Amino acid sequence: MSETERQSPFDVAYVARLARLKLGEDECARLQAQLEDILAYVETLNEVDVSGIEPMTQALETQNVMRADVSAPGLDHAAVMANAPERRLGLFIVPRIIE
Amino acid sequence: MSWRADIGLEVHVQLRTRSKMFCACPNAFGAEPNTQVCPVCLGYPGALPVINQEAIRLTVRTGLLIDAHINLRSKFDRKNYFYPDQAKNYQISQYDQPLCVGGHLDFSVNGESRRVGITRIHLEEDVAKNIHFDADSGVDFNRAGTPLMEIVTEPDLHAPEDTLAFLQALKQVLQYGGVSDCNLEQGNIRCDINCSVRRADAVNLGTKIEIKNMNTFRGVFRALQAEIPRQIRELERGRAIVQETRRWDDAAGRTESMRGKEDAHDYRYFPEPDLPPIVLSEETITAWRAELPDLPAARRARFVAAFSLPEYDAGVLVSDKEVADYFEETVAAGAPAKAASNWIMTELLARVSESGESIRDLKVAPAGLAALIQLVENRTINGPTAKEVLATMLVEGGDPGEIVSKRGLAQVSDAGALENFIEQVVASHAKSVADYRAGKQPAFEFLIGQVMRLSRGKANPQLVRELLKAKLG
Amino acid sequence: MSEPTTWTLAESARRVREGAISSLELTDAYLDRIDRLDRAIGAYLTVDADGARAQARAADERRSRGERAPLLGVPVGIKDVLNVSGWPCTCGSRILEGYRAPFDATAVERLRAAGAIPLGILNMDEFAMGSSTENSSRQLTRNPWDLERVPGGSSGGSAAAVAADLCPAALGTDTGGSIRQPAALCGCVGLKPTYGRVSRYGLVAYASSLDQIGPLTKDVRDAALLHDVISGRDPRDSTSLDLPPTSLASGLGRELTGMRLGLPAEYFIDGMDPEVETAVRAAVEQCKALGAEIVPISLPQTRYAIATYYIVATAEASANLARFDGVRYGRRVPGEDPIDMVERTRAAGFGPEVKRRIILGTYVLSSGYYDAYYLRALKVRRWIRAGFDEAFRSCDALLTPTSPSPAFRFGERTGDPLQMYLSDIFTVTVNLAGICGVSLPCGFTKAGLPIGLQVIGPALGEAAILRVAHAYEQSTEWHTRRPNLAVGEGAA
Repeated sequence: MSETERQSPFDVAYVARLARLKLGEDECARLQAQLEDILAYVETLNEVDVSGIEPMTQALETQNVMRADVSAPGLDHAAVMANAPERRLGLFIVPRIIE
Repeated sequence: MSWRADIGLEVHVQLRTRSKMFCACPNAFGAEPNTQVCPVCLGYPGALPVINQEAIRLTVRTGLLIDAHINLRSKFDRKNYFYPDQAKNYQISQYDQPLCVGGHLDFSVNGESRRVGITRIHLEEDVAKNIHFDADSGVDFNRAGTPLMEIVTEPDLHAPEDTLAFLQALKQVLQYGGVSDCNLEQGNIRCDINCSVRRADAVNLGTKIEIKNMNTFRGVFRALQAEIPRQIRELERGRAIVQETRRWDDAAGRTESMRGKEDAHDYRYFPEPDLPPIVLSEETITAWRAELPDLPAARRARFVAAFSLPEYDAGVLVSDKEVADYFEETVAAGAPAKAASNWIMTELLARVSESGESIRDLKVAPAGLAALIQLVENRTINGPTAKEVLATMLVEGGDPGEIVSKRGLAQVSDAGALENFIEQVVASHAKSVADYRAGKQPAFEFLIGQVMRLSRGKANPQLVRELLKAKLG
Repeated sequence: MSEPTTWTLAESARRVREGAISSLELTDAYLDRIDRLDRAIGAYLTVDADGARAQARAADERRSRGERAPLLGVPVGIKDVLNVSGWPCTCGSRILEGYRAPFDATAVERLRAAGAIPLGILNMDEFAMGSSTENSSRQLTRNPWDLERVPGGSSGGSAAAVAADLCPAALGTDTGGSIRQPAALCGCVGLKPTYGRVSRYGLVAYASSLDQIGPLTKDVRDAALLHDVISGRDPRDSTSLDLPPTSLASGLGRELTGMRLGLPAEYFIDGMDPEVETAVRAAVEQCKALGAEIVPISLPQTRYAIATYYIVATAEASANLARFDGVRYGRRVPGEDPIDMVERTRAAGFGPEVKRRIILGTYVLSSGYYDAYYLRALKVRRWIRAGFDEAFRSCDALLTPTSPSPAFRFGERTGDPLQMYLSDIFTVTVNLAGICGVSLPCGFTKAGLPIGLQVIGPALGEAAILRVAHAYEQSTEWHTRRPNLAVGEGAA
């Protein structure tokens, strides 16, 4: 659904699709109501004058935390595959991807 | 009615690093599936990314090579979308503060020089590789998380030929910069094409069509050869072009719509909380700038100026960075430049194109070639012998001096020995001697050939010529 | 000799070191107690009895060879959100069913390096989203002080286990109060270190810019000790700070002379439980008696903290939880195509609170709403931090309640998510600002429920807050009280 087609400012079905959550009708209705409540509460932030305040995108003031370009072995293949819900030929198997 | 196409590219380049972008797994092609993986590049719960500083350096280096502005403050963001080849279902990329913005690349098409504007260059992580079976698909995460640089161009290209030439020029720059191996078979360079068409006199760009996931330059060329006329046909039939993503069907030779197979794009970019920002100093950038290699155009000019090579020679040599390096090393090892250029362009490149190897794979190193050229220059051997020695070196390797002495190939420049050969030839070819004296030049060449044969090719041809001329008066 | 399971972490370590008890005996004492009591409490999801015994024997051998390590041979409980090599790690969720951790979280690795023994996995609200542990998909965890009440959350299993003497100490995580609030509700000590103190590597992220691992313990000294063990720079976490090792345990005293303690007016609100307010105000008086100067201050930002928190945390969570798709690990529900498979997997794998937060977080980042919600919240977040910076120019630490109410009954707040969110009001500010806070017992209600005092400090101010907490604690006997559990009967 494109943005212009969205009926109310908060459309739980559209957002659920973005978040890859399959919701039942009841679940959708309940979440729609609960989230409208929460969003109404969140509106209190509009009381704050944030002009001139830089967004706090990081919890710390650090910078340039990097590693040297050195390679090292990762996880054992068998251990990786042991966690896979479906595996074959050393691959993670998923339903056919249409590209 | 005349139409004009406007083409821009988003070129994805795999960087040449030892390890992946955010973890220490090897950045190497060809391993067994899912053997170069760790909690980070598999998106395991609890794993965290750490920036590979070499990837930052290589991206900035690319920016410097194309005259981009380097952002002193840069950061990473999360780009959110679900796909089975995306380990975390978000990609760590750069949104509003990429490492490089602006810049341009110059190149030439059919001798005409052209310039394409670069919008931005940012750094991100590559996705995994999908392998398709009849009933399902498999995912191999070895490639997931390898450093991927995205170069976005302005829509400054107007024809398939331009686009191909630009991509070749870009590849040359990236190889020269040591930024990427640019191995197309291994998927080192992939691109998305943005293409639109408008009337030649129109001011605004037409509606943009995106063609995704192009893996070969030839594919890009052919896709544009098909897509531009398609759009023109649509417009001429009075139909509007609708903005969409298309894919290139190489077998069918046409693009086709991907509509319906794609979700609305709402990537919900936000700053990556796991990675502090990158802050570069002017000093760092100055130091990196000082390390930049010559680009092909500059190197060609330098070869002409410093080595007095013809433009043609210089052009051939610099078209491949390894060849140009080989040439410079040969000259540094003592060979005269023009001689080195001749040997490389004729003998070695012929061999390279025959075998498909790189010049570096040959058994003749620059020092060996320089030594061979020295033997010719100081007249130890003549040209034909040198070719014979080189043929031996290409098969067996070895030092040309040793080959010459072991096989007794050294040139005979001793006047006494040559006089002896000449006496024999003159005595046994009275008719040719008479012909020459009657003014027939070919007879003289015949006699020289006979002397050379008698010396088993080792006679100094220049000296033979002089002595024979004197003999016959 | 007193019952070993009542010993503090420090005491346990000392007695093992001195040979008064072997690590195996100590470990068995805990295994036995868990066996008898945890059916009633429900703190543990898994107990690694064999692994723990094997490590205890190894620890006893190391000790007999003369080896020393700060926690040699002492068992510790681990919240279900930390990777422990070879163990499941479900985050209280169905979606991680079947997952086995192939590596140790750095904090766990450091516990092992200090000689400690990971004993078992402690219950929590699913993906650390909740304040009562009722959001666990696995089981209910009960408050040892009243089995009809919640232990708090999200580290409810960790707090209940420590309070019921089912481990000498536990690791928890705190994104908006998830260590401090359950510590308060269960009558133990819970420390949320400064953001960047403890590596988050191996901690399954809820909100990356807020999450921090910390100890839940029986007293303040143990919290200091455990903090010293697990903190420090880790090259695998780019947000872990490069600082000299701490020795907080050695800096604890008994008086507060010369300290200035702020009392923010906004942390004493209408509608808070009067017994909580009375107990906290009494604790403030006690600190004054110990030599501290009490400074009334104002933090007007406080009333915007919950809204800010629920935008920032859920936005980050919406991305962090995207990786649970049934492709590489965990639970999968089959589907017709990859999208269908992922949607079904996530629908079946996540509980209602997690879905609620993913939806909210996805929405506040979506096209057209980013600036109005997310960007604005990031600006308010900086303003909240600035408020604390200002306060700490005149104060060494702040005193507040940890939670507006003591432990509540099961189901009391599950119907109204917003009401549940509002109970985090006194704790979320600390995470948003990236500073540190500790909760410790400061009394009991008439019904016998513990009440928590929170001491908040500036970034890297752990030494100051633990000094305050320790001096106060040692002048009271709250921390020595134990819930009355009918040992041996088990069922509840």
